[in-house]
Amino acid sequence: MNSLTLYLLIAAILFSFGLVGVMMRRSLIAILVSIELMLNAASLNFMVFNKFLSPDTSIGQIYTLFIMGIAAAEAAIALSIFLALFRHLRSINIERARELRG
Amino acid sequence: MSGGVLSQGFLPQLAFIVIVGLTFCGAIIAVFHRNILYNVLGLALALSGVAGLYVFLGSLFIGLMQLLIYVGAICIAMVFAIMLSRPVHLPKPKRKLSKVGASVFAGLLILGVNLGVIYKTAWEPAAERKIDWSVKTIGDFLLTKYVLVFEVISLVLLVAMLGAIIISRYNGRVSS
Repeated sequence: MNSLTLYLLIAAILFSFGLVGVMMRRSLIAILVSIELMLNAASLNFMVFNKFLSPDTSIGQIYTLFIMGIAAAEAAIALSIFLALFRHLRSINIERARELRG
Repeated sequence: MSGGVLSQGFLPQLAFIVIVGLTFCGAIIAVFHRNILYNVLGLALALSGVAGLYVFLGSLFIGLMQLLIYVGAICIAMVFAIMLSRPVHLPKPKRKLSKVGASVFAGLLILGVNLGVIYKTAWEPAAERKIDWSVKTIGDFLLTKYVLVFEVISLVLLVAMLGAIIISRYNGRVSS
């Protein structure tokens, strides 16, 4: 139960769920949710390698902390962009946002 | 002090299975449900499950950070954004089945590639390992070896916060 490949399998399945969500959904917030799932799968991988393989078990935890900080910044920026886009288009469907012109 | 205590016996195994099940249930709700609010709540469930997995992997600190930052901050911010953008609870047109099938197929393809990588690689632990799970060591590393990355992350967070405020306060006519 407590093996390296089992945890890697869990992380791979989570990543695939996030990938399917990014490609399937058309709402911007749902896409952001799926991206968060993929980021979590990546940091779960970091923690797994940290537990089973790495030469120093502090490094992986520090990397996971950094990923969390980046994810928080990304979520804040993305949500504010969604709000501005919603004011502009009255919709958060990604297929309505098809023009770059201001 | 490591997570080895948690990995033997019947009850920890049961807890592990329950946590993995909760994680996958949350991920399925987060991806496949049609209501955005349920998506975010499913994401919170999945992230809590991953926090439990971090505890199983031996790091209570990272699990607590995951609960604080992801579940406590990011999911709540998403719920606020949903509530500020009004008509998202209305029913939306269904996706075409062919597109859903294509994306699920692509996800399965990537999963297959990942499984191949996982099972074909001969994972070998490092020759000499320092097993040290204490928070004190993490703090030492953050302020000595990784101090530049730490400072840059704090700068990125500051800039992201300012940018978020400026972008979302913008409410005039579009010019130029």
